[in-house]
Amino acid sequence: MLSVSNVYQSCKLSDPVCSRQIAVEIQCATKVFESRTSSVTALDNVSLEIQQNEFFTLLGPSGCGKTTLLRLIAGFEHPSDGQIRLYGEDITFWPPYQRPVNTVFQNYALFPHMTVRQNISFGLEMLKRSKAEISKTVAEVLNLVRMEELAERRVSDISGGQQQRVALARALAPQPKVLLLDESLSALDYKLRQDMQIELKRLQHETGITFVFVTHDQEEALTMSDRMAVMNVGKILQVGTPGEIYNFPKQRFVAEFIGDSNFLEGYVVARSSSRAKVELSPTYCADLPADDAVQPGTRVSVAVRPEQATLTSATTAAALQGRVSNMVYFGTHTHYVIKLENGDLFTVHQQNLSGHEIEYEPGHAVGVTLNQSTMQILKD
Amino acid sequence: MSVLRNARKLIVARAIAGNRHFAVRYLPGFSTIAVLCFVLLYAPIVALVIYSFNSGTNIALWEGFSLHWYTVAWENELVQEVTFRSLIVASMAAVTSTMLATMAALGTTRTGDYRGRMLIYATINQPLMVPEIVTGVALLIFFAIVKAFTGYHGLAYLIAAHTAFCIPFAYLPIRARLEGMDSSLETAAQDLYATPVKTFWRITLPLMWPGILAGFMLAFVISLDDVVITELVKSAGQDTLPTYMLGQLRRGITPEVNAISSALLGISILLVSLFFVLRNR
Repeated sequence: MLSVSNVYQSCKLSDPVCSRQIAVEIQCATKVFESRTSSVTALDNVSLEIQQNEFFTLLGPSGCGKTTLLRLIAGFEHPSDGQIRLYGEDITFWPPYQRPVNTVFQNYALFPHMTVRQNISFGLEMLKRSKAEISKTVAEVLNLVRMEELAERRVSDISGGQQQRVALARALAPQPKVLLLDESLSALDYKLRQDMQIELKRLQHETGITFVFVTHDQEEALTMSDRMAVMNVGKILQVGTPGEIYNFPKQRFVAEFIGDSNFLEGYVVARSSSRAKVELSPTYCADLPADDAVQPGTRVSVAVRPEQATLTSATTAAALQGRVSNMVYFGTHTHYVIKLENGDLFTVHQQNLSGHEIEYEPGHAVGVTLNQSTMQILKD
Repeated sequence: MSVLRNARKLIVARAIAGNRHFAVRYLPGFSTIAVLCFVLLYAPIVALVIYSFNSGTNIALWEGFSLHWYTVAWENELVQEVTFRSLIVASMAAVTSTMLATMAALGTTRTGDYRGRMLIYATINQPLMVPEIVTGVALLIFFAIVKAFTGYHGLAYLIAAHTAFCIPFAYLPIRARLEGMDSSLETAAQDLYATPVKTFWRITLPLMWPGILAGFMLAFVISLDDVVITELVKSAGQDTLPTYMLGQLRRGITPEVNAISSALLGISILLVSLFFVLRNR
């Protein structure tokens, strides 16, 4: 396969210290777009480290700055402030054509006056590789994306999914140190998209190239990433593995943007060195991990995932009391919406285990038991 | 009354049925007016072409079919000379103005938003708005001064004048082409290690080429047909085909002029069709 970053791959296998080498380092990057009439801060003092061989995702709603961050790494934009390093080298103001970084564009941006093969060999030609090397590499990359048969076609004569593969092949051919993908799957239909997700993971594994993937689709981010960063209004809110982000969101935005969450308001009644007691209902106090910002007597929000709560029959032992206001049966599980005693709505996803009858009809009084180990105090 | 009411009902029904445009063709009398307009536009030209095949010397009296006047025109050395001059002026002016227009189009579409951009658009397109006679007089006076200083009396003045008024005609299709081009293609080329110069030669120029050809052809036709500015700027013995024909008409009309006009018409139609084919490619 591609001889790409064999250097990095072999060093990853042999040396655990080297394997943690940082591919891309963003230091305090700020980007302000100024026009004659207005100025917009697209990135606000962002710092980030992306490790080599990582499938790293930038996730956030549109306008959060994720694409701007990608364009800073590619060199299409330069930061107003801060630094960008590639394997330790300061590339902040390098032009895009000097950076060993390639991009798969959202609209693919294939050259319409060239064939598939000409598109893929373009980067290698610009790097002044020998004819023999170009044709060898192009053949390898065509094989990698399974497009050998269509090599001589014009790019306007192939389907959207095939164009996507050509765009990938074109970006992979020069064997970049980092591959940037800008919402690259969002133009594909559902089935093709799922195929490409698997394909991308395979390509990343086979080439050993660091992938930086931009998406607004939380599901895509969770399934594909080794690590991910959640962004909003020009800031990175949280960086971690998909599991860390999903299970331990630190901020309300993260908990809301990824998956479903219930938010409970509570009083901090006491705290110890690393934990706090939070009163969530007159009958229930949760003992939760807390940082120094959480002070006794203040109000906090606590996030509870719907699948981390269970319904019981109404007893005072349960954390919360309420009535079933709505239920939807999904086969493997049932969604219940509970109206709590204080009037708030609370969602529970209850697993339907071995032949259980549906036990809780709308109007029934129920108790809600919470799994304390997965509850999070949030920063707003 | 009832016809009108029915027509109106039809219009309303069409509009409700979700016609994207209000369909003028359902208004009464539409076809009649349309046909009348086309007859007015093209009947004289059709007559001109038909009479170019007349065998007699009278331009109003049909005496039978012949290619006589085409032969006469073809063998007339003066016609040959002015035709050759017209082609020289038109091709030189078209090449120069297309090159200038290409640079202008790149300068106005491939740069960021800057102050005074609208002013630049207006300045480039200004010759379209200024009456031709004004441009002609201005050039006449300006060139008279230049001639007095340099003593040069050659064809370059005519070529320069044609270049000047051809620039906006060449500029419009080139700019339209550039604006329709996806600028992310150039970004992608730079991402793939192409320097700005390489990007221009490998991506921008090949993609804007149909626009450049279209601009060239439009400029060529405009230059070939020009009378007013040429009449004012030319020195003695520098007649182009249109000014020669004008001179002939003053002396008396023969079907020879018809034949030349028809040939010129044929060339113009050919070039303009090519322009549309290229623009839509």
